[in-house]
Amino acid sequence: MERDLVIIGGGPAGLAAAIEAKKNGIDDILILERDKRLGGILQQCIHNGFGLHVFKEQLTGPEYAQRFIDEVEKLGIEYKLESMVLHLGEDKKIIALNPKDGLFEIEAKAVVLAMGCRERTRGALNIPGSRPAGVFTAGAAQRFVNMEGYMVGKKVVILGSGDIGLIMARRMTLEGAEVKMVVELMPYSTGLKRNIVQCLEDFDIPLLFNHTVTKIHGKERVEGVTIAKVDDKRQPIEGTELFVECDTLLLSVGLIPENELTREAKIEINPVTNGAYVNELMETSIEGIFACGNVVHVHDLVDFVTQESFLAGYGAAKYIKGEKSNSANKFKTKGLNGIRYVVPNIIHPENVKDAVNFYMRVSDVYHNVNLIVKDGDKVLYKSRKNHVSPGEMENVKLSKDILQKVEGDELVFELEEVAI
Amino acid sequence: MFDVAIIGAGIVGTSIARELSKYDLSCVVIEKSNDVSNGSTKANSGIVHAGYDAKEGTLKAKFNVLGSEMYEKICEELDVPYKRNGSLVLAFNDDDLRHIEMLYERGLKNGVKELSIIDKNTVLSLEPNIQDNVVGALYAKTGAIVSPFELAIALAENANENGVEFMFSTTVTNIYKENDVFNIETNNGKFKSRYLVNAAGLFSDEINDMLGGEKFKIIPRRGEYCLFDKSVGNIVTRTIFQTPSNKGKGILVSPTVHGNLFVGPNAIEMDKKDDVSTTKKGIEEILKGGSRSVKNINPRDIITSFAGIRATSDTGDFVINVPTKNAVNAAGIESPGLTASVAIAPYVVSLLENEGLRLTLKNNFIKHRTNTKLFIQMTDDEKKLALSSNSAYGRIICRCEHITEGDIINAIKRPLGARTVDGVKRRVRAGMGRCQGGFCMPRVVEILSRELNIPMTEILKSEEGSYILTGRTK
Amino acid sequence: MIKNMTCINCPLGCQLKVEVDGEIKVSGNKCKRGEEYAKNEITNPLRIITTTVKVEGGDRPLLSVKTDKEIPKSKIFDIMKEINKVKINAPVEIGDIIIENVLGTGANIVATSKIQRAD
Repeated sequence: MERDLVIIGGGPAGLAAAIEAKKNGIDDILILERDKRLGGILQQCIHNGFGLHVFKEQLTGPEYAQRFIDEVEKLGIEYKLESMVLHLGEDKKIIALNPKDGLFEIEAKAVVLAMGCRERTRGALNIPGSRPAGVFTAGAAQRFVNMEGYMVGKKVVILGSGDIGLIMARRMTLEGAEVKMVVELMPYSTGLKRNIVQCLEDFDIPLLFNHTVTKIHGKERVEGVTIAKVDDKRQPIEGTELFVECDTLLLSVGLIPENELTREAKIEINPVTNGAYVNELMETSIEGIFACGNVVHVHDLVDFVTQESFLAGYGAAKYIKGEKSNSANKFKTKGLNGIRYVVPNIIHPENVKDAVNFYMRVSDVYHNVNLIVKDGDKVLYKSRKNHVSPGEMENVKLSKDILQKVEGDELVFELEEVAI
Repeated sequence: MFDVAIIGAGIVGTSIARELSKYDLSCVVIEKSNDVSNGSTKANSGIVHAGYDAKEGTLKAKFNVLGSEMYEKICEELDVPYKRNGSLVLAFNDDDLRHIEMLYERGLKNGVKELSIIDKNTVLSLEPNIQDNVVGALYAKTGAIVSPFELAIALAENANENGVEFMFSTTVTNIYKENDVFNIETNNGKFKSRYLVNAAGLFSDEINDMLGGEKFKIIPRRGEYCLFDKSVGNIVTRTIFQTPSNKGKGILVSPTVHGNLFVGPNAIEMDKKDDVSTTKKGIEEILKGGSRSVKNINPRDIITSFAGIRATSDTGDFVINVPTKNAVNAAGIESPGLTASVAIAPYVVSLLENEGLRLTLKNNFIKHRTNTKLFIQMTDDEKKLALSSNSAYGRIICRCEHITEGDIINAIKRPLGARTVDGVKRRVRAGMGRCQGGFCMPRVVEILSRELNIPMTEILKSEEGSYILTGRTK
Repeated sequence: MIKNMTCINCPLGCQLKVEVDGEIKVSGNKCKRGEEYAKNEITNPLRIITTTVKVEGGDRPLLSVKTDKEIPKSKIFDIMKEINKVKINAPVEIGDIIIENVLGTGANIVATSKIQRAD
């Protein structure tokens, strides 16, 4: 079959991209979602806190997702569930599989990649010890608890203080488990302050910074873990080991964009984000293939995923309608001095609608800094920050007007210390 | 009353079971674990050794070379992934060079075919990621790789299809002879058999003691491994050995039959036979060791690490003998045991025959396994057929390895089918990929529960006691 | 009584020291919102609960729910007990009231996801 636009992934990114493409005049859209329903991981994120930026109210994950699902239904956008894309070619040929249609092939004019991300595992951390049952990624545990209604353990240690880990600490506690502690390798948490207070402090769950799990014990089921303090190189310090009895270890140790299809299509990947390099329209290195959401870079708030994905949908529509400019006038973006990465990576000012939201993450916790954007020596933007942390995305909005006046071939984003 | 009881369902026990299933006999395999291949076999390097390693005249040398020659055919019959990728033993200095020359001579004496010694440039043209300070290598074209647990499962399935019974979760506690009949006492009742095979791996010394055979001791030697993502599975295409030292064979770097890369194992003597935990030191040791041979081994690409225990006997060789009348030991089958086991099996059967076991070939022996292909491996026509018979083949459960619900149901419904999450994983690879079951494990638990009609809370990861869920939330 | 707490109003996360001695004195805050936050946390801390309820005859076994307004923090576990007693029949729409005025708090337990009948 031939389609104008195929969107791979029906989570928040894919849904927003589909809606915006439709609103920009594209009618022939197909969303391919691998799960049994639309909404992606939001369906298991039953806690609230979603939507403050987009809807100016606090929603739970399923509520946030449903608003977009309703919109997709209302706009009559077609989707296929339980549909896994097995192959994506450079030529935008897609092979997918589902129980109803079996194997099917699609030739797409444009594609939006919205596959999201997956969790880092015990294997990636290489935690020594035995290999018993009872070690779960926080997301797998969340699925069992919130979707299937099963408890994964009674005495729990959580490694990693990212938001999913914090949320699961509260969730397990509310369902009757004893969460003994949250152990964090870094000297700070990448989770929201609000979650540290309301998920840990409310229930007197200790949060140990500069600690890690150095061994897993238990032959068949987890019987405990050894934790240890780490030095400033994040290496365990001998003699600080402590055995903690537990039957469950939850891992909340980072997310990795799921770019298997992206790689297969030979799209250029940014080694820092593990996601595709994208331009001002969220277009990848292959013309007509766009990407948005956590498959590009891991976001802190779903609201930003939505904003970015609207842009990808807009970009795909522009491409399909032949309105995208391919002029040579372009420049790159670059993060320096404390800015780990910037998305998007390439800007063609002509294609910018009104402004570009640049998303970035810092490499460490800094206090009292200026976030500045420079075109050569010229400072285009400066904003004072009392506090920045790798856990929170920073966001800089630059208007089309400013972007059109950029003279150099590189826009540099960096932090600068403020003398007090 | 059985004609033959085999104790142990690892690669040795299942090879022997399949060999015996060719004859008109009633056989039982008694296994203490709840699945095939749950001991040393599951954490084996998966190398089919060419046969230049073991000293001429040893049982190891004899059965290694024989086994290596038999492998391709057996894997073809049972549809088990096998790849003759060749192997290199690297030399980094003059001592090493002398050693590989010795191995070359030994290989010739052992009857290994297609052996050669190659120079530095040839090594690097074959394998560009070998460290530049290599000076030469022994090249064995007949070296191959296989998936050890898939082979053991396949052998067991095929034996079962041909009439061999399997008793799982059955631990032998005592054996005594009464009127020339073995009485095998277990936690699961008493079994009687006229002949007995001891293929109890790590515990084969204890079974030998029960049989009153000449004493030997199994010394558990643990080996740790790191498994790498498929994206780096082609760093090397051949199995890369280091020149053995008095400390052992050195660390291997090898692709797997499924396109991953592994590094390992080290060798640590253990007090206990069941401690398969990994250590920080051990993992560092193997990564460092691997990097001596091969460039660009990045710990960031590790998807899991694990350890296995070799059943090394204190005799220095395999123990294949008759401990008491009508019984055969196939014990101490450490490296190159995986390779040797397929050749040991017919030899054990011949020893049983010597003891008086009457062998009559069956005329209805089923040589091949059927319905073994994963959906993703099928041709387009086969895929269509599979989908029309069961739409579950259209539902991907394991995203990393593209394993469908149909594949998983097949793994459960096959002869001696999977009953645990690890059982599914070893049969059809769901959960073997880079996310290590993060997405699919909850789904696999659900499918096991539904297909076996047992509650979710009773689904195990692996052994008895390895429960995954502790109850309902409400 | 002296209590230490973390302000959640912004990412800065000021460590607040709260002295309660008849009146409430807050220190460590860098802005006014910190003081307000601390006072509320001492006098009447409020929270939203999000959890699940068992569903019969639905396309999935659990319905996600929340309190439609903040409830006293001290009542979290009592309210959880009430919620866990409930079993609801499919279908359910977002916003459907599952428990009215739970434990007299004035808050309702409402559905936050859509459940269709299983077929």
